[in-house]
Amino acid sequence: MSIFVDENTKVIVQGLTGGQGRFHGVRNRDYGTQVVGGVSPKKAGTDVEGIPVFASVKEAVAETGATASFVVVPPPAAVAAILEAAEAGIEFIVCITEGIPAHDEARCFNTLKKDFPNTRLLGPNCPGIISPGKCNIGITSGDIALAGGPVGIVSRSGTLTYQALHELSQQGVGQTTCVGIGGDPVPGTNFIDCLEAFEADPDTKAVMMIGEIGGSEEELAAAFIKDHMTKPVVSYVAGVTAPPGRKMGHAGAIISGSQGTAQAKMEALEAAGVTVALNPTEAGEKMVAIVRELGL
Amino acid sequence: MDLFEYQGKQYFAQFGIPVSPGGEANTVDEAVAVAEKIGYPVVVKAQVRVGGRGKAGGIKLADNADEVRLHAGNILGMDIKGHVVHRLWIELSSDIAEEYYASFTLDRPNKVYLGMLSKEGGVEIEEVAVTNPDAIIKLSIDPTVGLDLATATKWVADAELNEGAQAQAAALLVQLFDCYVKGDCDLAEINPLIYTTDHVVRALDAKVTLDVNAEFRHPEWEAWSDTDAEDPREAMAKEKGLNYIGLEGSVGIIANGAGLAMSTLDVVNQVGGKAANFLDIGGGANADVMTAALEVINADPSVRSIFVNIFGGITRVDEVAKGVIEALRRVDISSPIVLRLDGTNAIEGRALLAEHLNDRLVAEPTMLDAARRAVAMATTGGDSK
Repeated sequence: MSIFVDENTKVIVQGLTGGQGRFHGVRNRDYGTQVVGGVSPKKAGTDVEGIPVFASVKEAVAETGATASFVVVPPPAAVAAILEAAEAGIEFIVCITEGIPAHDEARCFNTLKKDFPNTRLLGPNCPGIISPGKCNIGITSGDIALAGGPVGIVSRSGTLTYQALHELSQQGVGQTTCVGIGGDPVPGTNFIDCLEAFEADPDTKAVMMIGEIGGSEEELAAAFIKDHMTKPVVSYVAGVTAPPGRKMGHAGAIISGSQGTAQAKMEALEAAGVTVALNPTEAGEKMVAIVRELGL
Repeated sequence: MDLFEYQGKQYFAQFGIPVSPGGEANTVDEAVAVAEKIGYPVVVKAQVRVGGRGKAGGIKLADNADEVRLHAGNILGMDIKGHVVHRLWIELSSDIAEEYYASFTLDRPNKVYLGMLSKEGGVEIEEVAVTNPDAIIKLSIDPTVGLDLATATKWVADAELNEGAQAQAAALLVQLFDCYVKGDCDLAEINPLIYTTDHVVRALDAKVTLDVNAEFRHPEWEAWSDTDAEDPREAMAKEKGLNYIGLEGSVGIIANGAGLAMSTLDVVNQVGGKAANFLDIGGGANADVMTAALEVINADPSVRSIFVNIFGGITRVDEVAKGVIEALRRVDISSPIVLRLDGTNAIEGRALLAEHLNDRLVAEPTMLDAARRAVAMATTGGDSK
């Protein structure tokens, strides 16, 4: 099994006719994802390499029965696109857009929470989600993932997500689902949402969690792991050497005051029984060792 | 983007938040001219983006032009915790009866806004949070609802501000919230928020951090962006549109993705080296971006070796390899380069590079191996095998 998406997930792409939307949408389709439509008000009625384009999400849903949406639109229009999807009944939204203002994200998150409690947003500013062999929504390159489980991956960083997949796939250890939650200050889906889903997924036997400096998501995840997780967790937190007060690329990756340091996060995770690695390679090695020990 | 106090006050004023009359000055003569215009006594304030200016001697009271001249002369060029003072803010002195604290920021764990108000302002709020946490009245604000005057009125009463100050303070908090949201601030903070002996509430300081993601809807911010970078390396990188942060070490870093770049610094550190910078070239690692990145790192005299760490996801490694080869044709690099290229089309990429490899351009199969090599080269200046 997998979490959030599987081989039956029908996906539409909002922004399919744009450069990025076309590139990633078609790639996702070619991977085997059921990409059933695109949305572009001005280009309705046309198609992108055989994928039909609709005028609105509502219309696309009515015509295709899609339940998931991949939002690839520029920052000023992203939140409106997310809310349009939610209003049309989409249950799972992946938004890869980087550079959305924090206030827009905060309003978007709270609007979804209040008015569309059954809709899950992944991102923004995330690489997306891949259940190897079943469904790939986002910008992850499908060929670095390996189907068949038993590891679930959740990560705040894009390239480190790929690195994590690579470390495991190279050792022949597959993944159930790999979720990139993104590095923005207001992520729609957080570590705990994913940990909870992995804990409940019978095919996921162990979890790899990649964190980074800033905020307190890792500390909250540590508390959750301590109280609710029975499956082993391996973690790596990027940014041990990051100087305080400087944003390291991601809007969320900033150490403010004494909060958000990698050290504090690693200590919290270790105290919760998580196997903490000092670099991505070591995290991969430790995860592989655990999987072998479980006899998988 | 952090604003200087004078910029923050100008921003506050746009949202109707009362501030003291004042003006900016880059020279002693300008300082005197501003003071003469607004009248005495004035306060001469160093404009640096760091706390503790007063203690360092960067804030002085002046009763006349001679005193302005004296203080402005002393403060301009002063070094406050590594920040050199290039500009002053001269404002009318206030007779302070009470000092409060007010701020709005994002409560990240709960994904709502957090307002903080305290009748104990004028000191570090982190200190109040430790010594007297009950003195800080926190208010959670739903971003879809906002802050109205009725809520603000109750808030100032809960915080036990002086009764004479409460109505003005409540109105000001609504304005500050407006500035925080409509002004796209990550942080809007006033410390101290003062109540004067003649019963006026106003902002005596301004600490504003703008969300650069919202730059597209704030053309007015452009005037402030040029004063941002103090490190010449960062100024150069900014000009080239690179996501760069200068550090103290000798291993230049180029990586794709913020997480991988951070991780690269960590790994270099773990194998005994120190990174000279953080540089995330993002997804589009083409020849132009790679050239710009190598130019910025090449201009840093403390760099002894360069570690290029690329994990191709959508970015194909063969494209990256072409970018590196082309960049090396365009830029004469003074330090040896260690490449670690992995991910999509890594085999093709490595093949392309094979004929270009020499003792100044080496490739390693893993991140750890590459970090060790780069650190060794930084120590020996490129003779490592």
